[in-house]
Amino acid sequence: MTGTATPAPRLIDIDGLPALFEALRGRGYTVVGPTVRDGAIVVAELASAAELPFGWGVETEAGRYRLRERSDTAAFGHSAGPQSWKTVLHPARAKLWSADRVTGSAGTSIVETGAAEPPRYALLGVRPCDVRAIGILDQVLTGGRHADPVYRGRRDGAFVIAVECTEPGATCFCTSMGGGPGADSGFDLALTELTDGGDHRFVVRTGTAAGAGVLADVPSRAADEATVRHAATAVAEAAGHMGRTMPTQGLPRLLADSRESPHWDDVASRCLTCGNCTMVCPTCFCTTTEDVTDLTGDHAERWRVWDSCFALDFSYLHGGSVRTSGQSRYRQWITHKLGTWHDQFGSSGCVGCGRCIAWCPAGIDITQEVSTLASMLEQAAADEDKP
Amino acid sequence: MTGQRTAQRTAQPTAPPAPAGPAAETPAVPRFYRVASRREDTADTVTLELTEPAQPVPAFAPGQFAMLTAFGVGEVPISVSGLGDSGGGRARRLEHTLRAVGAVTRALHAAPPGSLIGVRGPFGTGWDVASAAGRDIVIVAGGIGLAPLRPVVLSALADRSRYGRIVLLAGARTPGDLLYAGELERWSRDGVEVAVTVDRADSAWSGEVGLVTALIEPAGLAPGNSVAFVCGPDIMMRFTADALAARGLPASRIRVSLERNMRCGAGWCGHCQLGPLLVCRDGPVVSYDRAAPLMRVREL
Ligand SMILES: Cc1cc2nc3c(=O)[nH]c(=O)nc-3n(C[C@H](O)[C@H](O)[C@H](O)COP(=O)(O)OP(=O)(O)OC[C@H]3O[C@@H](n4cnc5c(N)ncnc54)[C@H](O)[C@@H]3O)c2cc1C
Ligand code: SF4
Ligand code: SF4
Ligand code: FES
Repeated sequence: MTGTATPAPRLIDIDGLPALFEALRGRGYTVVGPTVRDGAIVVAELASAAELPFGWGVETEAGRYRLRERSDTAAFGHSAGPQSWKTVLHPARAKLWSADRVTGSAGTSIVETGAAEPPRYALLGVRPCDVRAIGILDQVLTGGRHADPVYRGRRDGAFVIAVECTEPGATCFCTSMGGGPGADSGFDLALTELTDGGDHRFVVRTGTAAGAGVLADVPSRAADEATVRHAATAVAEAAGHMGRTMPTQGLPRLLADSRESPHWDDVASRCLTCGNCTMVCPTCFCTTTEDVTDLTGDHAERWRVWDSCFALDFSYLHGGSVRTSGQSRYRQWITHKLGTWHDQFGSSGCVGCGRCIAWCPAGIDITQEVSTLASMLEQAAADEDKP
Repeated sequence: MTGQRTAQRTAQPTAPPAPAGPAAETPAVPRFYRVASRREDTADTVTLELTEPAQPVPAFAPGQFAMLTAFGVGEVPISVSGLGDSGGGRARRLEHTLRAVGAVTRALHAAPPGSLIGVRGPFGTGWDVASAAGRDIVIVAGGIGLAPLRPVVLSALADRSRYGRIVLLAGARTPGDLLYAGELERWSRDGVEVAVTVDRADSAWSGEVGLVTALIEPAGLAPGNSVAFVCGPDIMMRFTADALAARGLPASRIRVSLERNMRCGAGWCGHCQLGPLLVCRDGPVVSYDRAAPLMRVREL
């Protein structure tokens, strides 16, 4: 993106969405995006724009997620659901390799059987918090010495359509985590959805040449200044409506200093160690592997599946697990997300999407636990200062 | 979409630099090596010599580890215990010493000569033996911990004049569990100061009985001019490193090799975390000044 001026924003009318699907499909992308399924807005393959969750919003609170009918027909008028884009880019199950053991005249050999071409996905409706989450996964899985081949293949082929946020949910705190409801990078196209006056349309900004190419195939018109300003204002105002805030000053230090905090006992008395928070989190990347064979034993495959630091055998070493207590497993989770992620990958592991709060069956709230840890440390420091 | 990826990358705050050196080309897919020889070191431990790779993986440094695959059974992290021939920057011959403790290590332990074992790697940090040039080398091993330290002895002996004294203190549960018994004698003849102790003696044993830490005092070390390489169970490493530090060896010149659950070796699976460390990437070899505060926290 050197030297070229950012193209002026354009407008796509709601009737233009089918053409967007066509343009993406024509380029070989499978479109994935939000749709209503089993009482939630999930991320799934979409056959047409009609499957988008028009008129659906959500209500979230700690331990609570409900669909609600909106007063308008917005397709993206909902905050984060139980899934994130990691289900697409870093799938819950992926085959790493398969091989056959072949015995011939020259003895036995093991022959790798062909790897499949990675699928190409267009991610439609990626919230700015989730755009950042993808950037964090990029750093974790491809930013080090060894690039994860499954993620790399899917990521390199992906087309990202961000949709800016105008109605944060009650569990959202992206602004605390250094993000915000607007998208400034990390997308091919960015949309802002407007429904005022019954006029359902999208302001579209282009992030890449690939994005410009797709946009050229969709009926659009120049966006008038008033509409662009209206969209920008709606996004800017959303920043002031976050349902939660996270005290972010010196989080890595706070968590390191809280290693022996008595508060872990309190969290552990509520935490079911179910691992829901790690499954719904858009950046939790942990996996384990399973080796399987066919009946002959001569065909083997290795599958990689999501894992969670809340699982007891996650830290298994010969002789027993390192983290047996619920205390230590919750401490690992929250410390990794907010503290040691900085040491390992150079940023926070939390984007403030609020999923872990809504999908915790016990209603444990990461922002609340941090506040408690912070005030306990302050109290301890104050007590020490007393003569 | 390169533009987009670049934009995203630049949006990332300062990330730790990727370690230097060539990356394995296909770090997720094992390369199969043939078991050239199998030596039973003790009742439950063998040393496998792996050769004839279909495609050799990059060469290993002492202290680094491989992910070894028993076909159809599973994969486990195993340190390199002999470097052998690594012509052209490739590991054409590898040695691994492993103890049968569970499903995967039992299958590897049973692998007969001629069979095939999958190798991924090399992964992790090395001992950096060369950094001890001009100083005494102090090696302290507990049990199977001697395996990852064997390449330290071998590379120091191969370049003998660069180092001062080479002291090797090894502990084993019983005399029968002592690794590399024949080699220990040879190393001793070659000028390595070898001292051995066992937890439980048998009737034939006339040597030391007790913890390996008890061998430190009699060794008469020169803490001001030594580099220590320590490998064994967590608790043994802590006692040993603390004892060495108490004698004046700076923690930054004591190296330990950490063990954590590892499912990938390549920094992807998250299993090997120890606080801020991804042990497969930032370790397994870590200097004790970094490791000590982490090793002291229960269930970290
Ligand atoms: C860096 C490093 C170097 C090592 N070097 C050696 C060596 O040179 N020689 C040697 O004998 N042993 C070594 N080990 C220990 C060895 O990896 C374990 O003994 C082995 O993983 C046990 O697996 P298992 O299935 O045979 O046994 P079990 O103990 O029965 O394990 C059952 C399951 O637990 C899991 N598991 C247990 N320990 C580990 C682990 N460390 N990593 C991942 N999964 C684990 C696996 O899923 C395994 O299938 C090393 C470990 C590490 C981390
Ligand atoms: S920790 Fe919770 S709020 Fe933060 S990114 Fe993960 S799911 Fe979202
Ligand atoms: S919080 Fe737990 S599951 Fe999530 S990335 Fe960290 S260790 Fe893995
Ligand atoms: S072993 Fe998988 S991240 Fe370290």
